Amino acid sequence: MIEQILTASVFASMIRLATPYIFAGIGETFGQRSGVLNLGVDGIMLMGAFFSFYTVYATGSLVLGLLAALLIGLLLGLTTAFISVTLKAEQGISGIGMYLFGLGMSELLFQKLIGTPKSVSGFPRLYIPVLSDIQFLGIGEIFFNHNLLVYLAFFLVPVSAFVLNRTTFGLMIRAVGQNPEAADAMGINVARVRYMTVTLGGLFSGLAGASLSIALLNVFQQNLTSGLGFIAVALVYFGRWKPFGVLAGALLFSFVNALQLQVSAIGLDIPSEFAVMAPYVITIIALVFASKQTEKPTALTKPFERGE
Amino acid sequence: MKNRFVLILVVVLALVGTLPVVGAQDGPFRVAAVAPSATNDLAFSQSMYDALLAIQEEMGADNFEFVFQEGTFVVDDAAVAIGEWAASGEYDLIIAHGSQYGSVVEEIAPRFPEISFAWGTDVNTFGLDNVYAYTPAADEGGFINGVMAGLMTESGVIGVIGPIEVGDAKLYVDGFKEGVAASNPDAQVLVTYIQSFSDVPLATEAANAHIANGADILTGTAQMVVGPIAVAKENGARWFGTQSSQAELAGEAGVMFQVYHWEVVLRDIIANIKDGKMGGESYVLTLQNGGLVMESAK
Repeated sequence: MIEQILTASVFASMIRLATPYIFAGIGETFGQRSGVLNLGVDGIMLMGAFFSFYTVYATGSLVLGLLAALLIGLLLGLTTAFISVTLKAEQGISGIGMYLFGLGMSELLFQKLIGTPKSVSGFPRLYIPVLSDIQFLGIGEIFFNHNLLVYLAFFLVPVSAFVLNRTTFGLMIRAVGQNPEAADAMGINVARVRYMTVTLGGLFSGLAGASLSIALLNVFQQNLTSGLGFIAVALVYFGRWKPFGVLAGALLFSFVNALQLQVSAIGLDIPSEFAVMAPYVITIIALVFASKQTEKPTALTKPFERGE
Repeated sequence: MKNRFVLILVVVLALVGTLPVVGAQDGPFRVAAVAPSATNDLAFSQSMYDALLAIQEEMGADNFEFVFQEGTFVVDDAAVAIGEWAASGEYDLIIAHGSQYGSVVEEIAPRFPEISFAWGTDVNTFGLDNVYAYTPAADEGGFINGVMAGLMTESGVIGVIGPIEVGDAKLYVDGFKEGVAASNPDAQVLVTYIQSFSDVPLATEAANAHIANGADILTGTAQMVVGPIAVAKENGARWFGTQSSQAELAGEAGVMFQVYHWEVVLRDIIANIKDGKMGGESYVLTLQNGGLVMESAK
């Protein structure tokens, strides 16, 4: 029974499901570590998903599609930074505003420019000689049978951890998030650091959207993300503001999701309501046990006023 | 001379008397509709939007006007729209296209007895004289799709991706299972209800799970099926659809689609309202009455 449930395809599904959470969660981690909460992640993802999809649909170029997602992510990240850092708006409310903008605008553009759901040829699965063929424990299927954006998401985790923990830029981000007044006194430009992290978060959210529309699903539809960006924000808390923590949360959530899909796909008689609830329940339980607040950036959601 | 004057007076009075009546008959029939998803969802909401367009084509744009508020999954938002339309008095018929709107119709309709309401998918008119209900016998087309899927499957495994186990989704899936059982009792039909009408990423992975477990035929219902259709295409599996035609998106993967033609219901309702019958009746779309049509892939 266990072999029937825990197949290699379940773990491969976990990796695919986790990809957009990792992109969006890592991006959000940068912003939150510098003290800025961006609740608009889902809206930026939707815009990234639409623009990359439309570009691939219109030009057939995956590279241009990816660039389109990065560009819109950059613009909306900058806009979020302008609202949160320069205008010092209440971050929760302005984030919801950005979400609603992305939700509505992506739908409007979709209706006007495409009209009806269509599919595109997205990033193909990469065959990696030798590695993709490893049969042992299904390693080839689980880890080496994915498209480029899946690998990019997982690659960004150690890179982001390194940047945050081992570089001067990372130190500045953490200083600005923990004690902006002290950071300012040390000569760090708080606003500039926050602009950079929030814009980076926008870029990653754009990529998260593209990973859905031109790599994993290869379609676009109204509200394609279905609130996935909000779960990514929750995973940042779950991961205690650490890239590897976000990765662990994304994998756990996606694993339970893949598992519940497998349980119904092999015909086990478990009520689907319970199965669908499971990822959320387990994530909440894990969150309760992992809820040490010590790592939380103390300046999170607090706009910086010089000389306060 | 006097007689001629009387004759002219009678003719003028007759004309004046008939003018308002002629005007009311000639004024456009106005409909307002609210639906949970987009008008281009290739599924539930699009089926109603397409039907309203078809009626407009039949009656002419001068005689039939409609407004359509799409993407209104939140019932409270739909309640606001329905309440405002009703209060404006500008519409002859208000359609609440979604079983989740039932309680809203039940609450608002009694306050506006001069306006007709229609809602679905359900058969309950709440005992109100100004409420119509409508539902599709989705199990009929589900059965036909199931019979064909049972005959076509080579692996003997068929995957179904459903939203929530209610309404026409449940009818379709149950009918499909019976159809497969009728034509190929040895085939396995595996059903995943993802508890969402719109979660494309989850529906896509549900389809991937079915493919990984050997399914060579997929079917499903609700607007999130665009993901599973892409999975079917990518893996050389075949796709059976329902609600609207998904032939264009499914391409070579598509086989057969059960398409809802709500215009069959709408024609009757509009005729009834014009005759002064504001509601109290429920309709079922069937293959026999032309409300359900099986369309093969292009």
